[in-house]
Amino acid sequence: MPEAVFVRPDSLSDVSTHYCPGCTHGIIHRLVAEVIDELGIRDRTVGVAPVGCSVLAYNYFDCDFHEAAHGRAPAVATGIKRARPDLAVFSYQGDGDLASIGMAEIVHCANRGEKITVVFVNNAIYGMTGGQMAPTTMPGQVATTCQMGRDVDLVGHPIRVAELISTLRTPAFIARASSHSPLAAVNAKEMLRRAFTYQVEERCFSLVEVLSTCPTNWGLTPAESTEWLEKTMLPYYPLGVFKTPDGDDRAPLPRKP
Amino acid sequence: MAKKLMKGAEAIGEAAVQAGCHLFFGYPITPQNEIPEYLSSRMPQVGGAFVQAESEVASINMLYGAAGAGERVMTSSSSPGISLMAEGISYCAGAELPVVIVNIMRAGPGLGGILPSQADYFQTTKGMAHGDFRLLALAPWSIQEAADLVQDAFDLADYYRNPVMVVGDGLIGQMMEPVEFYEDRQPIKELPPKTWASTGWKRDRPKAIINSLFLDPAELERHNFHLKEKYDLMERDEVRFATYGAVDSADVVIIAYGTVARVCLSAIEALEQEGIKVAMVRPITLWPFPYKAVREVASKAKDILVVELSTGQMIEDVRLALHRPRPIHFHCRLGGMLVSPEEVIDKVKAIKAGTSEEVQHA
Repeated sequence: MPEAVFVRPDSLSDVSTHYCPGCTHGIIHRLVAEVIDELGIRDRTVGVAPVGCSVLAYNYFDCDFHEAAHGRAPAVATGIKRARPDLAVFSYQGDGDLASIGMAEIVHCANRGEKITVVFVNNAIYGMTGGQMAPTTMPGQVATTCQMGRDVDLVGHPIRVAELISTLRTPAFIARASSHSPLAAVNAKEMLRRAFTYQVEERCFSLVEVLSTCPTNWGLTPAESTEWLEKTMLPYYPLGVFKTPDGDDRAPLPRKP
Repeated sequence: MAKKLMKGAEAIGEAAVQAGCHLFFGYPITPQNEIPEYLSSRMPQVGGAFVQAESEVASINMLYGAAGAGERVMTSSSSPGISLMAEGISYCAGAELPVVIVNIMRAGPGLGGILPSQADYFQTTKGMAHGDFRLLALAPWSIQEAADLVQDAFDLADYYRNPVMVVGDGLIGQMMEPVEFYEDRQPIKELPPKTWASTGWKRDRPKAIINSLFLDPAELERHNFHLKEKYDLMERDEVRFATYGAVDSADVVIIAYGTVARVCLSAIEALEQEGIKVAMVRPITLWPFPYKAVREVASKAKDILVVELSTGQMIEDVRLALHRPRPIHFHCRLGGMLVSPEEVIDKVKAIKAGTSEEVQHA
């Protein structure tokens, strides 16, 4: 009897995605789906899709889904989770969605400690609209709205979301991973597993930033893209766990009598 | 339940709870803060949730999430906050989500002022945001009616899977009046289970996708026609209005809604003492507008007077109701100033004396 050693996760639909060749959204979808399968929560998971390249994520995950307005996924997720605390709720958002138009929603959702999981895919550019500069675009990186490369004197430096959210006291699991190599993907899955587990245990807000490639809008081949991510993005966006529920920075503050 | 003296804002909040709404998301703005304040302590008592959102933009999207998960949910705000919610309301209409929004109108434009106004009539009835949708809008004139309409709003929202707005002015929020809640209140519509909601997919129904995105134009056209069918049903079945005074033989018929209509009723009663016959049509649904009722009563009256706390936004609908050009007279106060019964009495007398200027149409 042949044994299947690699199958489609139950939480992924059996359809082709619209993602470009070399884009790592497909990998990240798979990692999320594997984690949902392994935790056995598919039938009580509700996802929230963003506006951006992953706007059609509801077609690719085999669970109930909301498609949110641009940037508002954390607010939508808040509504779902408050309505039905028994559901496992995650948002899946890109960097234009989360770090630009949706900055208020992500900061306040994290700061309220909503017990949801945020999968934040950072590919340093606006993908769906055609390669405009994002809040995460690297200094000097060419985009269609910064054709001479990002000028930090004019538009500031890229925003490090994991670090920024980590400055808040409430949110409790904040990590950054990457998807540019098999080893990085294994680590990303571990981060996602921890994030979803903390939610299932009803412990805390969790966010995993996953660095991703965009060969189409970076103007590179898929192989060049993973190399560019490693050489250019990794030094600025270090991987690691920035905050855990048991960390010292979440010890109770002395209360006034 | 016995009658209880309640502030309008509290009655609105309690009405939501009585209607089975256990979720409220909102952002502070005057003059409606007593609604979220009341519900911040009331929701936990019924095992529900109150969340003070970071903005009105976030509030309405929290409603989108909660309604999509199948629960009754409400927000309240005032004019500038409603503008911020407009985008999200369009998404709720597109995704066919039952949400209830209370707008305690204040004077505008811009920051305007915080006192009573009806300046959001166009915003409420004529396309609040992008896309081809309608908002069922209920306008109470008393605290009891506000409490009743809020409860009805939840049934209507669930039945049509569409946003419903309860539109009051600052007086509705701030007045105190006796209110009664009925323990045996039944839904005003037969409400099917929400099998479309995202409650976790056990593969025993189609996957729930709460969504307003249709990239295929043919599919979106079908969706638009489906929404249109719902709006047609609302226009056919949900028009609400009340009539007062000498509806069959009036010298003047007044068209007014909300608290302004109460002021007008005082004027009508005083004018009756002097033998001047005045009728009134009070739209209770601003959309769908009671065109037929206005047309019928107006057809029997010599003159028509619209009274509003705006520069005449409702005149457009009154004109549409008449089917043929007729003189319309108009009286308003703006900026948070209120119409007095004396002003309405003087206006009616001026119309009868032929000294009131008609509204000019271009």
